[in-house]
Order: sequence, then C-alpha cells, then structure tokens
Amino acid sequence: MSTPLLQVKDLEVGFRTQTGVVQAVRGVSFTLDRGSSLAIVGESGSGKSTTAHAIINLLPGTGHISGGQVLLDGQDLAQASQHEMEQIRGRKIGFVPQDPMSNLNPVWSIGFQVEEAIRANGIATGRKEVKKRAIQVLKEAGLQDADRRLKQFPHQFSGGMRQRVLIGMGLAANPQLLIADEPTSALDVTVQRVILDHLESLTRELGTTLLFITHDLGLAAERAEQLLVMYKGQVVEAGPSADILQNPQHPYTQRLVAAAPSLASRRIQATGSIAAAESSIAADASTAAGETIDLLATAEARAEALEAAASQPPAIVVENLTKVFKIRGSGDFTAVDDVSFQIAKGTTTALVGESGSGKSTVAKMLLKLEDATSGKIVVGGHDLASVSGKEMFGLRSRMQPVFQDPYGSLNPLRNIGNTIAEPLSTHKVGTPASRRERVFELLDQVSLPRTLVSRYPNELSGGQRQRIAIARALALKPEIVILDEAVSALDVLVQAQILRLLAELQAELNLTYLFITHDLAVVRVIADNVCVMQKGRIVEAATTDEVFGNPKEQYTRDLLAAIPGANIKLGA
Amino acid sequence: MPDTSSSKPRIEHYVAPLEETPLAAIDSVKTEGKPSNLWIDAWHDLRRRPMFWISSALILIIVFVALFPGLFTNESPNEGCQLANSNGAPVPGHPLGFTRQGCDVFARIVYGAGTSLSVGIIVTILVFTLGVLFGAFAGYYGGWVDGVLSRVGDIFFSIPYILAAVVIMSVLANYRSVWVISLAIGVFAWPATARVLRSEILRVKNSDFVTAATAIGVSRFKILWAHVVPNSIAPVIVIATISLAGAIVAEATLSFLGVGLPSTFMSWGNDIAQAQTTLRTAPQVLIYPSIALSLTVFSFIMLGEVVRDALDPKARAQR
Repeated sequence: MSTPLLQVKDLEVGFRTQTGVVQAVRGVSFTLDRGSSLAIVGESGSGKSTTAHAIINLLPGTGHISGGQVLLDGQDLAQASQHEMEQIRGRKIGFVPQDPMSNLNPVWSIGFQVEEAIRANGIATGRKEVKKRAIQVLKEAGLQDADRRLKQFPHQFSGGMRQRVLIGMGLAANPQLLIADEPTSALDVTVQRVILDHLESLTRELGTTLLFITHDLGLAAERAEQLLVMYKGQVVEAGPSADILQNPQHPYTQRLVAAAPSLASRRIQATGSIAAAESSIAADASTAAGETIDLLATAEARAEALEAAASQPPAIVVENLTKVFKIRGSGDFTAVDDVSFQIAKGTTTALVGESGSGKSTVAKMLLKLEDATSGKIVVGGHDLASVSGKEMFGLRSRMQPVFQDPYGSLNPLRNIGNTIAEPLSTHKVGTPASRRERVFELLDQVSLPRTLVSRYPNELSGGQRQRIAIARALALKPEIVILDEAVSALDVLVQAQILRLLAELQAELNLTYLFITHDLAVVRVIADNVCVMQKGRIVEAATTDEVFGNPKEQYTRDLLAAIPGANIKLGA
Repeated sequence: MPDTSSSKPRIEHYVAPLEETPLAAIDSVKTEGKPSNLWIDAWHDLRRRPMFWISSALILIIVFVALFPGLFTNESPNEGCQLANSNGAPVPGHPLGFTRQGCDVFARIVYGAGTSLSVGIIVTILVFTLGVLFGAFAGYYGGWVDGVLSRVGDIFFSIPYILAAVVIMSVLANYRSVWVISLAIGVFAWPATARVLRSEILRVKNSDFVTAATAIGVSRFKILWAHVVPNSIAPVIVIATISLAGAIVAEATLSFLGVGLPSTFMSWGNDIAQAQTTLRTAPQVLIYPSIALSLTVFSFIMLGEVVRDALDPKARAQR
C-alpha cells in the first residue's frame, strides 16, 4: 500500500477575537487510507466541524490554521495557495454541508447549481455535455426524475431531496475524499437512514474515502470503520469503531457511550430485563468518572405511581381533537386529525412523530396557544373550549411548557432570578421575599448554583438554559408539564443529565409529563406510554414496552429501525 | 484506484492522557466576573471607544453652555449692541468679532445653543414617543390595527417633513416659538422610527420567550412592554440620537428660510440667515455660528454611530 490519502498531523486551528486567539482545535492527528471511512464524533463546540473545515481551508471569519500539516497525497494543504485550493476543492475533496435548507441558493434552479459545480470542476464542457452530466449526477444521488426536476427551484424540493442534491454536487467530480459535515442532522430519522444508506453504497461503488462529522455516536459507529472522538478541540480517543464502543477507555468516551440513549435503549432490549439493563448501565457509569447515570433507578417507584394513577381521574383527556389551518391559495391543511388520548396523573406519555406530524400543534392546543378546530381537551376537569379567561389564567398555573430551543425561550434582557420569578409575580404568589426564596429553591431543584439569579441567559450553556426553563415551568408547582422537544437541541451528555433531572422531579413532585419528541431513543428511557403520530393521526398508542418490543404498525417499525446505532452489537 | 480494500484500519486504538482533558468543564457554571447582557456588553464596548468619549464630552460641553450661558460670556447678545461695531473684526473681549447689528458674535453663539438643543430634545422626545407607540402597536397586534396605523404612518411619511414644517410655520406665523417649531418638525418626522420598530417587533414577537410568557399567563399588553419592546428598542435608540442632530439642522434650515423662529430669538439658524448679506465683507459672522451648528450635529451623529456599533454584535465581530 502506498502513502495514505489524507494525513493530518498536529493540526492547530485558532480564531482571532477581541480578547486574543481562541484555540478551537489542538494537536489533532489522524491518518485516512484510500477507500476507508472515518467519523469524527463530538459535541457542539468540540472542534469537529472546524477540523473538517480546516482540511479544505474553508474556515469561517477569523479562523486560521496556526500549526500542523494537512497532507493530501503528500501535498500540504495548510500551505496551499488560494488558487491551488480551488483546484483541490471539488476535484479531489468533495464537501457535503450540514444544512440542506440554507446551502442551496434559493434564486437559482437546481439544474443551474449542479451545472455550476460541474463546470467549476472542469468535468465536462459544452452545454449539452454539462447538462447530461448534471442529470447523471443527480440520478446517482437518487433523484430518479432528475431530467424533469432540473428546472425546479430549491423550495420545491424536500429536505431529503435537497441533501441528495448536495451529495450529488459533492461527488460530481469523483473526488477521492468526501467530507460530510453532519449531512443528515436536519432530517427526519427515516429520511436520514435512506440518505446515509445511499451515501454509503455510492462511496463504496466509487471507491471514495469518507470523512464523516456527527454528534451522534450511534450513527458514527454504524457508518464508519474508524472513530475519532473529540472534546474541547482535542482528540480524546481514536480507533476502530467496534473497539471503541465495546471497550471505551477514556472517561469522556465512556460517558458518551453510556449516555447515548440509542445505545442504552438497545441494551435494554438486548438483555430483555430492566433490572439487568439498569445494573449494566450503573456498572458502566460507575467506571465513568464516578458519574452515575441512573435514568432507570426510579423505575420501580414509577411502577407504583402507575398503579396509583390508574384509580384517579386522568390529568389530561383529549378527544377527537382536530386542527385545520387555512392556507392562503391552497385550501385547508389538516395538521391534527381526530386525535384522542388520555394521560394518567404522575405518568409520562410521549407523542412521537417526524416533523410535520402535528405533534407540536397538539401541544399548542393543550396550552391554549392555538384554538382547536373541533374536539375536546379536558385538563384537570376543565374543558378548555369553554373555560373563561379567568379560569384559563388559573389553569395556566397548573400546566406549564418547556420548549425546544433553550436559546430562544429565555428573554435575553431579563436576569435569571426575574425569569424564574415571572410566573410567581404574574400569579401574585407570595411576597417579593418569599418569591426570592422560591427562586433559590427552584435553582437547587434543577442543580444550579444560587449565584445565577443576577446573571443573564447569554452567559449560560444550552443545558443550563434548559434547566432554567424547567425551573420557570416548575415555579407555580404545576401538575402537568408539556415538554415540546425539550431535549432535542442538546448534546447527548447534557441530554442525559436533563432526562435524569426530569425523572427525578417527576418522582419527587408527582408530575404528569406530555413529552413531545421525534427521537424514539429518548422515549425509551423517559416515557410510560407512547402515541406515534403520522400526518396528523395517531397510528399506534400503547405502553412503551409494547411499542418497542412488539410494534404493530409498519410506520412504527420503520421509525424503530431507523434509530442510528440500533443494529450495532455492543460488547457481549 | 488500485487499492481500496482497506478494511483493516491503520489507526491504533488511541486514548488521550486523562490529565490533558478537563472533564469538569462539561456543565460548569461561570460565577466569577460581572453579569452581562446586551446593554452591559454594549457599555463595556463603548467605554473602550475614544469616539464615544469625544462625542460625549462635546455634547456635555454644549449642554452646559446651553444651561448656563452667563458663565461663558459677560456680553449680552442683544442689548448694548453698538452699530459703530457693525461687522467689526475681533478685538480683546470680543474674540469672534461683531455682527451687522454690532452685537458680539461669541455671545450670540453661546446664547443660541439653548434654542438649538431645546428644539433637538423636544423633537426627539416627540418622534420617539410617537414612533414607539405607532410601531409597537402596529407590529405587535397586526391585522387591522397594523393596517390603520401603518397607513397613517405612510401618509405622514409621504410628505417630506421639512416641507410640512415650512407650511405649518407659515400658517402659524403669529405663534412662532420653540415649542411650535418643535411640533412642526416632530409631527412629520416619526414614521421612519415607527417603521424600524415595527419590523423589529415582528421579529421578536414570535420568539419562544414570548410564547413562554403567554403560557405563564402574562397578559398580551404586558408581554408587549415587558418582553417585546425591550428586545426591539436598540435600533430605535440609535435613530433617536441621530434624529436629534437632524432636528437641530431642521430648525436652522427653517430659521434660515425665514419661517423658523422670529428674529428676536437667539438661534444659530437666524444668525446664519442674517449673515448671508455680509458674507464677503465679514465672513466671521457666518462662519462661527455655522461651525457651532456643525460641531453640535457632528457630536450627536458620532454618538449615534458608536452606539450603533456597540449594540450590533455583528459589527463588533467584524473588527
């Protein structure tokens, strides 16, 4: 075997800021052989995307390579000139960007953009030739009716199809190396699976070397032969995928493996018994830097709570709920179609579905942020359709939401203390002094230091902000908390922490959760019951064990099969 | 490619030394240092800009002069003018010379500062209030409220405010005063402010924190003033600072055209108007009030520019 295709040696990347240079990547080295595949795994801010961008010299803004070498076929790209890089990009290294929604120019047709990529790489000349090649590229990327769709614009394509176009453009010039930067993070799981399968078979056919960037350990292990785990700009562990998953050595990797819900849920299924799974996770976690991840520790208590709840009236009853949106020009759109379910007090029901399935609309109607077109919602004995403004105000204190985006759900100009106290002052609970006391209590409950009261949201990380949002939701001691994709925007480690916090709070305060998510893996560890939604309808509703162990609907089976990492054999 | 069957990875299982990777930082909270938000950060940013200090100092001096003109000159701007000194050159005690009426130029500039500044401040308060009210309600409530308020704004916007002020001042020729001229300028100058605020409100009102406040039970009106407006107001403050300069210029323009303040008023605009007849023989009579006017306008525009830079994190990142 000759020299490896790509050799990265002691790569250092810095960003110039007002306060000096911030090192985003420190001493990263790896080797990539022809035809092999490598996944770089890490949380946001770990430097994984920066590493990929440094390889093709596409660092944003003030970023620059401050040390080390990037050898492609022996040529050092870190020293390459602008002109040389332009020759390499596209022809030798293809790039598939992260967000298919914003990486295609909306004012040009798909055909124009693909042809531009082909012309820029000098693959074909002459109008006819270029067009022919464009169609070929798109067909290879899986767009069967490519010749017809060439004249269409990006907004006429779904997210998955746009990503296919971007993959096609990345592979247009048969590059030796394809860098895919979170290529499917913005897509639904079932779409993600199809795209990744296609990418895999395509690169295998063409013999392309694949460098894959992802935050999802399960996905990485499933799709790449080798893993590179990054944390804070450094490589903490590297090696063959199976090896790392079965035998993680570094405490960070151990935590990552233990915390990844997809892998944890696989464990539960594999051993078949919750107790065994619990002990195996606990054993794993205790070796992991003394951290215990005991998501299932409350399982027994939950079983008792479930029995107790059965005798009480349900906290939420939804009957034949329908929501029709009037869309200008194109008639009506039924977002929620005849949905019925009940949630018993002190239990968690997950509403699962892909984007556009209407699950968030159900949440909005429950919170009376949207009015139902027809159907009935009964919360704590009150029919939401007929409550007066004053009764609704009272009901709001018993039912609180936590939203997906921890960066958007806190007012950036309010300090944490005032944010958490807002529900209390709005409902005129207690005196200023007692409210302050309650804010401290809530901060304790969500495990944040009391000194945060005078700080502002922009000083906190995503996980911390989500804790603040949970504290605010709990301020009025509600009975029901509606979690709308509350952990979806968080990294796995933080996700595990928040899920554990939610489970603890439920046991402590007897809360009822409606957990809305697209992530089945998360459902496995938090929910008692599951309702699977597709196109506005509930296609399957059962207990979590039934849905995972014995799914009845094809759609549910597809969703389950699409969980990344579900097929990986974990250590014995 | 000859050799693509590399199923044997060349990477050895590598583990970084533990001491090199600080794991404690995963969810730690920064508790040292001072709290920071947009305004606090902007203030820290402003403090490091010389332009901010220069323009602030100039503005403070002008305000001080306007409040206590007697401290800066012993001469009276109106009385005791001797025609013998008409258009006279500077002499000791009269550093800038004399006007056509034989009055001290320096004294007239000192006493004129108050007029210019009052007009600027009154107009800005008027523009700010009207602009915020119209913009906030139009953007936040939408629907027919937006329709009505925005159309009213469009009507006022379609008439150049200087032209409108000329007409108003001509009609109200007998009632000219600082208040009347401020109203005449301000009543037609607010729609630009309202438009900027409206578009900011449209952006902010769909934020999750607004939905969260609704779910808590905060009333719509209270959400507008407690959550939406504070997050939309930054560009309006920048506009207000710059519009203060614009109002001072507008007053001078109107006075120059003869439809501003009556000539008995001490005003830089009036002085410039009266000086044009003697421009060739006694340029100082025209030049010094003009410099005072320019310097004041320049200070406020500079202040607006640095405040805008400080409030816009994107502009900050570019440097």
